[in-house]
Amino acid sequence: MKFAVIVFPGSNCDVDMFHAIQDELGEEVEYVWHDADDLSRFDGVLLPGGFSYGDYLRTGAIARFSNVMKEVVKAAEAGKPVLGVCNGFQILLETGLLPGAMRRNENLKFICKPVQLIVENNETMFTTEYDKGEAITIPVAHGEGNYYCDDETLQRLKENGQIAFTYENNPNGSIENIAGITNEKGNVLGMMPHPERAVDDLLGSSDGLKLFQSIVKHWRESYVVNA
Amino acid sequence: MYKVKVYVTLRESVLDPQGAAVKGSLHSLGYGTVEEVRIGKYMELFLDEKTENVEKVVKEMCEKLLANPVIEDYRFEIEEGVVQ
Repeated sequence: MKFAVIVFPGSNCDVDMFHAIQDELGEEVEYVWHDADDLSRFDGVLLPGGFSYGDYLRTGAIARFSNVMKEVVKAAEAGKPVLGVCNGFQILLETGLLPGAMRRNENLKFICKPVQLIVENNETMFTTEYDKGEAITIPVAHGEGNYYCDDETLQRLKENGQIAFTYENNPNGSIENIAGITNEKGNVLGMMPHPERAVDDLLGSSDGLKLFQSIVKHWRESYVVNA
Repeated sequence: MYKVKVYVTLRESVLDPQGAAVKGSLHSLGYGTVEEVRIGKYMELFLDEKTENVEKVVKEMCEKLLANPVIEDYRFEIEEGVVQ
């Protein structure tokens, strides 16, 4: 399986993401610059964390208009897995691939620490390797991760099983403790915590690795004959 | 040249944590009559005098980029014949 790690000016978790895929997951991965205009050769797209375009105006607001985002939308529409972590999640919201918006953390502080997440839905292509209700340890690092959506959207997220992860102890004020959501089709996941920083016990946790393994498993089952 | 003043604020229904912190601070300074503080953004755009449909164009810019309609409201004022 071949992944693209999209690099915006200001991305800073791109190397972590690359490392997770190449060294821990053992799959193919390439960096792709934000002005690229073709992602067709990739099977999956990863939007890493960081401060794209300096977080000017709003987090992710400017990145959303990068040339490559047209291709990311295309990949999402084609049913390919698209994962946005932290700033990548914020960009997916700004792009409209996921519903809702980010506010500043409730306590106005930048939070950087390992947190406990609960796997709410283990039937998405990103979560099948987890158990439903499993508690996993994944670090967060953000100042603007306070997820918000209106009541109607929240209702829809719940009914469609689009809430993939919640926080056990909400660090940022996010509505309904939401830490990660998928789109309706289930092939786009945005999450504030960083699974790519939890892929080896040396890093304090390897709970993030299963997320990437789930993607690969789904891909093999869907596209590879006699896998 | 047109000068456009754009004001972006969080929608009424959205909690403003910055505003709440500043309100608390004003209260501790003794300004107890402050009932609410909302913090927003102010932007100045200067548009070429050849710009047509200024109002429409600015509205588009607000909706596409300058404000996030999920959580923010915007309003703007246009001044004509501004010399920068």
